[in-house]
Amino acid sequence: MNKPMLIKNGRIIDPSQNLDVIGDLLMTDGAIKEIASDIKKMPTDCTILDAKGMIVCPGFIDLHCHLRQPGFEEKETIATGSKAAAKGGFTTICCMPNTDPALDNKATIDFIKATAASEACIRVLPIGCITKSRAGKELADMGELAEAGVVALSDDGSTIADSRIMKQALEYSLIFGLPISDHCEDAMLSEGGQINEGIIATRLGLKGIPNAAEENVIARDIALAKLTGARIHICHISSEGSVELVRNAKKDGVNITAEVTPHHLTMDEEMVLDFDTNAKVNPPLRTQKDIAALVAGLKDNTIDIIATDHAPHTDNDKLCEFAVAPFGISGFETAMGSLMKLVHNGDIEINLLISKLTAVPAKIIGSKFSNLGTLKQGTAADITIFDPDTEWTVDVKDFYSKGRNTPLNGHKLKGRVMTTIYNGKIVYKDNSVKLGV
Amino acid sequence: MYAGLPLAGNVTVRGFFMAKKVIMTEADIKRTIARISHEIVERNKSSENIILVGMRTRGVPLAKRLASNIESFEEMRIPVGILDFSLYRDDISSRDIPLVIKSTNIPSSVDGKVIVLVDDVLYTGRSARAALDAIIDLGRPLSIQLAVLVDRGHRELPIRADYVGKNIPSSKDEEIEVRLTETDEIDEVAIIPKPGREG
Amino acid sequence: MEAVEQIKAIDLKDENAQPVQKIWKHKHILDLDDFTPSEIDLVMQTTAAMHEILSRPIKKVPTLRGKTVVTLFYEASTRTRSSFELAAKNLSADISNLTVSSSSVTKGESLIDTLETMEALGADIIVIRHLNSGAPNLASKHVKASIINAGDGWHAHPTQALLDMYTILKYKKSIKNLKVTIIGDIIHSRVAHSNIWSLTKMGADVTICGPSTLLPKGMDNPLPYFPKVRVTTNINDAIKDADVVMGLRLQLERQQSGLLSSIREYARLYQITEERLLKANKGVIVMHPGPVNEDVEIASTVAHGDKSVINEQVTNGVAVRMALFYLLAGGSHNE
Repeated sequence: MNKPMLIKNGRIIDPSQNLDVIGDLLMTDGAIKEIASDIKKMPTDCTILDAKGMIVCPGFIDLHCHLRQPGFEEKETIATGSKAAAKGGFTTICCMPNTDPALDNKATIDFIKATAASEACIRVLPIGCITKSRAGKELADMGELAEAGVVALSDDGSTIADSRIMKQALEYSLIFGLPISDHCEDAMLSEGGQINEGIIATRLGLKGIPNAAEENVIARDIALAKLTGARIHICHISSEGSVELVRNAKKDGVNITAEVTPHHLTMDEEMVLDFDTNAKVNPPLRTQKDIAALVAGLKDNTIDIIATDHAPHTDNDKLCEFAVAPFGISGFETAMGSLMKLVHNGDIEINLLISKLTAVPAKIIGSKFSNLGTLKQGTAADITIFDPDTEWTVDVKDFYSKGRNTPLNGHKLKGRVMTTIYNGKIVYKDNSVKLGV
Repeated sequence: MYAGLPLAGNVTVRGFFMAKKVIMTEADIKRTIARISHEIVERNKSSENIILVGMRTRGVPLAKRLASNIESFEEMRIPVGILDFSLYRDDISSRDIPLVIKSTNIPSSVDGKVIVLVDDVLYTGRSARAALDAIIDLGRPLSIQLAVLVDRGHRELPIRADYVGKNIPSSKDEEIEVRLTETDEIDEVAIIPKPGREG
Repeated sequence: MEAVEQIKAIDLKDENAQPVQKIWKHKHILDLDDFTPSEIDLVMQTTAAMHEILSRPIKKVPTLRGKTVVTLFYEASTRTRSSFELAAKNLSADISNLTVSSSSVTKGESLIDTLETMEALGADIIVIRHLNSGAPNLASKHVKASIINAGDGWHAHPTQALLDMYTILKYKKSIKNLKVTIIGDIIHSRVAHSNIWSLTKMGADVTICGPSTLLPKGMDNPLPYFPKVRVTTNINDAIKDADVVMGLRLQLERQQSGLLSSIREYARLYQITEERLLKANKGVIVMHPGPVNEDVEIASTVAHGDKSVINEQVTNGVAVRMALFYLLAGGSHNE
């Protein structure tokens, strides 16, 4: 089934081996076979993909997305979400447990795994709840969840408000070595909030969400992580102050990692002018000053990875008054194009960007997954091929995701995923890519 | 009170570059206004109870001129009012409408008065119809009369003027252009071919 | 204080009538942030003409015969609704009123659904009052009718700000360089927001004043998103040398949400009183969008005193709304 394939003339970048060469990559039986400057000897029946001018790297890994199944299949399913992810260059995605029912027991995790096995075109790894029903009151059976195969624990959009429960959750998680993926939001401070607190909120007459709503909880959980020695992974950090908190915690030896989304790195609060509900996201888009701090955090590795927080909603969900609209941006299919802006602007190096989408996220979900996010010989052939210079205009009508909720519709992006290969099989191919034999 | 809007010059698109034929000169206009002044007093037996009401825009200076003429031989003050009948037009939603409106301003009650509406050109009669409605909404005058400098025909409503300066038979493809020093820096009436409608 | 009666002084000077569209570009009235000074001027001038109609024995003109105005109120407000209704009736429009109770909102009938129904019923102009900021903006993107914002959330209340300006112009020659102080719950006040836009556009010197919990965020560096105004928590500084002092309605539940310590302390610190007004400029006028919580925002002696123009604001509201209906009614933007 997995025929051999040769990718020719691409710029092969694999941060896991500090590799950045122009050459060929051969895969056979769904695994990486060889990387060399010019592979002449190929198996019979080998498909050839000319990647001249393109970048060939390990398939992207997304540690934070929402596939909405079970419970909200009108917004997304494992099938549509994984297809959209493949189009965005992702070969491994970790789905958050804010489904209905929530992923807080073995049965629901088994459901995800079974559905993914039969319907997903890429690897889907579930994240389990920290507390039962994400209610923040009683701990979920983390042992059962770990055995069932979750890669992290998170109550996702619901911060555990009770510090005692959070402390105990961190302590308990130590038994299983699972990272706690932490959505940090002081719900009292952000109550009723719609967008970043500041002049745009003033202009639009919308209630603001102050940076402190995020920083408060990050500070608390750094203290708790330090106290317990547990691993915390801070989700979608958005403010300058948050970057500083994580930076200091790392200096302090706290077992902490952090992620940032493409939208927080590339868009500011101005996107909501004109009440665009598609730019309504939590945490909210902040300011240029925050963006500069987030980029700096990426560069000095304060921020370890980039995750999409892909949060699909239906058109109808977003077609309403701003305060009524749900938070979230459909992010898979614009992630790479958005992020390349940082590279084209000279803000970050392409190799660093790729590492934060491949090798580093693989490391965060544990040694069990050390064969992911790499092009080492013998590992699964999960490969993303993208053209860094192709310009294209986002048109949500072309989305594979059911969620067309992006403020980028109609925007021009530079950098486009051309082919995504999962286990040696092409799961997404742009129309412009021609295959040879 | 509000000071008024600085308007950007004369905005009428009246083909100044086209061939035009002057029908009435400054002297003609002066003579005509003098004649109409006498007719108004004659017809109404006296100048008492008369209010001259200028229909915006060019009816207003004409009403003022008529009043000062009458004042010169009757030796009494003739009240002059301004009527903005934009709100009574029957073509509000059509092209180039609505117009910027100004206050209607009539110095006393119209009840029991002889109202002489003054306009520059009588054409379809629709403006006069609107003006009649506007006056009647203000009260119950003894009578309403209509004075115009030019009657060019082509009536679409059963309306006629009581005082006419000059009858100018015209084609619908032509425009009658009345220019007055108060609004246009010169006194003349000209006939010009209709400019093509703007896109 | 009696308005100076200037209507009788007839100025026969007249400019040529010109189409409104040369100045007016609005299909909808959502806020004043996108109004040009000329457009605001035009509204003022048209309002003056409408005001004259209101002084007549027959206050009705046939201008909007055959047009349908629908008021769609998601928040009860008899005053504002009546004002729009009278304005529409004075212009001979057909009007129908719809008050949407919160019950049908919870039933899941969306704003868009309701608007589509309105439009199917032939509405040419839809007047919306809504508890959520931006609801009229949303509406304007989905219907062909013109939308007038009659107040949305904390966002904007453009017709109120325009009537406030018209009222000010009855007493002051020009808005330019006028010192206007707005006092109270600024952050939650759509009236304050729209007034800040219109007044600053016309060159006024605006000061906002209130307890720091009720002042808007980001005002130290607001450009280009919001006008620059002076911000103070000290009412005496705010009133000093003011030509216009505007109070705002205080929602009494602000105390429960911890934004105020008590209504009593608010009144002590921020009430517009005779004594505080002594520091204002001669001829100062006192305004309030109503309804007033007397002896909270404004001392009752001031609200009913000779500096107050509060009742006049109500009358002017009808004239302003007539003017806006007229300006929206015709012309190419409706085609």
